[in-house]
Amino acid sequence: MERKIRVIVAKPGLDGHDRGAKVIARALRDAGMEVIYTGLRQTPEQIVQAAIQEDADVVALSILSGAHNHLFPRVVELLREKGADDILVFGGGVIPDEDIPFLKSKGIAEIFGPGTPTSATVDFIKTHLKRA
Amino acid sequence: MIDTLARRCLDGDPRAVARLISLLEDGDKDAFGTLAALLERMGQAQVIGITGPPGSGKSTLTDKLIGEFRARGKRVGVIAVDPSSPFSGGAILGDRLRMQGHATDPGVFIRSLASRGRLGGLSKATAFAVRALEAAGYDIVIIETVGVGQSEVDIVKVADTVVLVSVPGLGDDIQVIKAGIMEIGDIFVVNKSDRDGADRVVREIRAMLETQAMLRRGRSVSAGPDTLAARNAELLHHGQADFRPETLPARDFFDVPPVMKTIAETGEGVPELVGEILSRFAANRASGELEARRHASIKSQLKDLVGRQVMDYFVDREGDGQLESLARSVQARKIDIYSAARELFATLMQGE
Amino acid sequence: MSEKEKIEEALKGWEAKVEKSLARFPERKSNFVTGSNAPVRRLYTPLDLEKRDTLESIGFPGEFPYTRGVQSTMYRGRFWTMRQYAGFASAEESNARYKFLLAQGQTGLSVAFDLPTQIGYDSDHALAAGEVGKVGVAIDSLEDMETLFGGIPLDKVSTSMTINAPASVLLAMYIAVAEKQDVPADKLDGTIQNDILKEYVARGTYIFPPAPSMRLITDIFAFCSKEVPNWNTISISGYHIREAGSTAIQEVAFTLADGIAYVEAAIKAGLDVDEFAPRLSFFFNAHNDLFEEVAKFRAARRVWAHIMKERFGAKNPKSWMLRFHTQTGGSTLTAQQPENNVVRVTIQALAAVLGGTQSLHTNSKDEALALPTEASVRIALRTQQILAYESGVAETPDPLAGSYYVESLTNSIEEGVLTYIKRIDDMGGAVKAIEQGYIQQEIQDSAYSWQMDVEKDERVVVGLNKFQVKEDPPKGLLRVDPAVGERQVAKLAALRARRDNAATTAALAALKAAAMGTDNLMPPILAAVKTYATLGEICDVLRSVFGEYRPSVMF
Repeated sequence: MERKIRVIVAKPGLDGHDRGAKVIARALRDAGMEVIYTGLRQTPEQIVQAAIQEDADVVALSILSGAHNHLFPRVVELLREKGADDILVFGGGVIPDEDIPFLKSKGIAEIFGPGTPTSATVDFIKTHLKRA
Repeated sequence: MIDTLARRCLDGDPRAVARLISLLEDGDKDAFGTLAALLERMGQAQVIGITGPPGSGKSTLTDKLIGEFRARGKRVGVIAVDPSSPFSGGAILGDRLRMQGHATDPGVFIRSLASRGRLGGLSKATAFAVRALEAAGYDIVIIETVGVGQSEVDIVKVADTVVLVSVPGLGDDIQVIKAGIMEIGDIFVVNKSDRDGADRVVREIRAMLETQAMLRRGRSVSAGPDTLAARNAELLHHGQADFRPETLPARDFFDVPPVMKTIAETGEGVPELVGEILSRFAANRASGELEARRHASIKSQLKDLVGRQVMDYFVDREGDGQLESLARSVQARKIDIYSAARELFATLMQGE
Repeated sequence: MSEKEKIEEALKGWEAKVEKSLARFPERKSNFVTGSNAPVRRLYTPLDLEKRDTLESIGFPGEFPYTRGVQSTMYRGRFWTMRQYAGFASAEESNARYKFLLAQGQTGLSVAFDLPTQIGYDSDHALAAGEVGKVGVAIDSLEDMETLFGGIPLDKVSTSMTINAPASVLLAMYIAVAEKQDVPADKLDGTIQNDILKEYVARGTYIFPPAPSMRLITDIFAFCSKEVPNWNTISISGYHIREAGSTAIQEVAFTLADGIAYVEAAIKAGLDVDEFAPRLSFFFNAHNDLFEEVAKFRAARRVWAHIMKERFGAKNPKSWMLRFHTQTGGSTLTAQQPENNVVRVTIQALAAVLGGTQSLHTNSKDEALALPTEASVRIALRTQQILAYESGVAETPDPLAGSYYVESLTNSIEEGVLTYIKRIDDMGGAVKAIEQGYIQQEIQDSAYSWQMDVEKDERVVVGLNKFQVKEDPPKGLLRVDPAVGERQVAKLAALRARRDNAATTAALAALKAAAMGTDNLMPPILAAVKTYATLGEICDVLRSVFGEYRPSVMF
């Protein structure tokens, strides 16, 4: 059995800075994962549909525009509605530390701030997968 | 668990469809058991393969095709295949990006698959993914993949209709001519046809197709009243010889596949393309050609699967040491490699 | 022996000595590179100056090819403009911040707009949810613009607006506000970024596809050359390309390639090159490698001067001059030990000044995490003021000229830039290169390779992968009140109820007709703006005619 970890890398909202998302996508690929990169300007609905159709294990959200408190919880909420809360959701970008407790309370597993090495993200996924 | 998965898939539950495709992709043996449950729907979808070189705009074209099929009331499944990295085994699957406009349409299901080491352009699981989408009630299943320029192209084994996409100005104007790919196309599309050189590509493809057809029939150019030269000879006689492609009789003159122009960005040519795809399919079904083709496809898949089972047998048994000791014998020149292989196969034949 | 031969021989002797001593005193590492991974040799000597003709390649400030600066006296005449990018939340709050900065000695305004505004959506659009006022000020209509500049005399300040896809609309609003202040358009001084090509490649706030976007840009060139002659109609940007991960050479090369595309488009639209070229301006980054950055600016000026004079045959010397604004590199700031960022910004600002920038924005120390507070933005401004008044670097133009290292770097960057430009020319120009994903791929590859260098500790980022401390999260970061979005939506509703909707509808219809034809779009946009048509309404009309851009992404 060759089980591959499948990850959605998405940029919700209008933020167009995709350097980090693309670097993460490559790093995850180099770690042997299958990455579905959904590009810019994704609504939470689009991200969740993609996660379901792609049978994703992980949804990784990248945002630098400050709209994370609104958009991240919405993604988790929609996943729950569709019975997909076994999907690991985490985020990264420009997110102040003081927002992290709120986001975690809404079901975001972790927030990776600026400067986080990609290896930390890879390790996190491997150790925190919710699905077998 | 598997039975409920199959049932939910037949009900069209996207989560179940997605899960099932993954299990089939991973080679989960229990998952293969669902195929029996999905049998009732087998063959109900029209499977369309879209292939072509990188940069030909396949994903954008597929995006527009989805829209057009939806406008005609069809439910559409899409399987987009991208290559896996040979180094890490991972992949970045980016075709979906072009089709994300359809992400929230419940009548569309888009799934990205990585090739996982398989060279023919498709992943091992593609045929199974098609079955799963078919079972879930999608009328059209589009498989989108990069054309790989090998004669062994998987897509013809899985698709009812193969659309070959090329584009002007990619350097080699007749990229499509590469080893054997021309043989497999049912419909040829020149995309980005607003670019310079589009008409030339159309002409070159048509010329190649007509020449191939002619050679297959073993006729020479100068024979018979129903050939190109004869028609022009007649026209010459009446002072009207005209060699432009548009003035030649319709493709059924040589029964060659149509060559169509599209501009995927704007959607130009897409309704015509969809019309051609659907009418071809209907004609083939009526004439029995579809059944014949599917028969050949199933035989081919059977051979593949048997081959895979043989390989699995040996992979499972590597611990037995027979493979290892035979290899050492070959290396020590005690036995030639062909005889060694026969010995291994004999073990297989003796069975469990 | 000639002077040159003497030096060569002496150099060989010196190298031999050093090689011998390396056994006992090895160098810190085996491979020395600049911030962009260009090799740095063990020593630079007068021999490095020999390679080029001094007068031709270095010359004098204010003279072709402007390697030493575009003005003869540079900062002896006037300091660079200290222009801090600012804007957030509502027009009222941003207006207050502008007045604060002007009072603190800032000499020009720089407006940051929020993402919905930058992408042509009103604050009540579905996609605007959660985004209103977050990265800049929300401007939905002329009414917001009037509030933004309330009490600020537009004939006395110059304003730079970081706006691209809908630049025409924001410029029209600015002109309309000025009119209400009785300031005629020909007295207005400022810049709009208006550089759509880099949006496709590095920044993402595009709306329309390339062809109609170029039309809007050339319409602005033509309109301003007659009506707003002191306005810088474009700020051809490399800043974002560098932030997206490119090297210094790529930053200049892709920016100048974009510049070439704009000049070609304008000429094709019937404009004479000397009509618009004097008003082209540029926007570059300043990263940490001091000498590489200085050399980069000098090389950029030299390359562009030759391009304008020789490739495009411009006759007016003003057309040959590459004038630029610099911003210190946001991506170099760390969230860890943010005080260190003040030091980084100082080095970067120094590079920009030594490199001859016309205006400068310095980042604040907290910007890895949020928009700056008043206190941190003041430090950023003081950084510029200390450089200007206390450091002495502004007392003579291009003080690093003649440095063996800097001149050598200038030459090698120039070479690298010309190689890229040739390659892009061979692809058919910047627009084609972008369609094929070439520029994006180059940038991504550089970004990935930089990240891997950091993770393998081959590149040190102080406080991040070396000299880390355990620290508490920073306090007192700027927060944008989420109610801003709600207030903006309410304002919009009130506006739509109040205005003369018949006039608005008529103006929008006229705009649509013009968009479908070939007339200059600035006059109908200006007319629509004055009827209080919203930004979203105007952009939707244009969307209906031009369509929307679909990006190509390669990995």
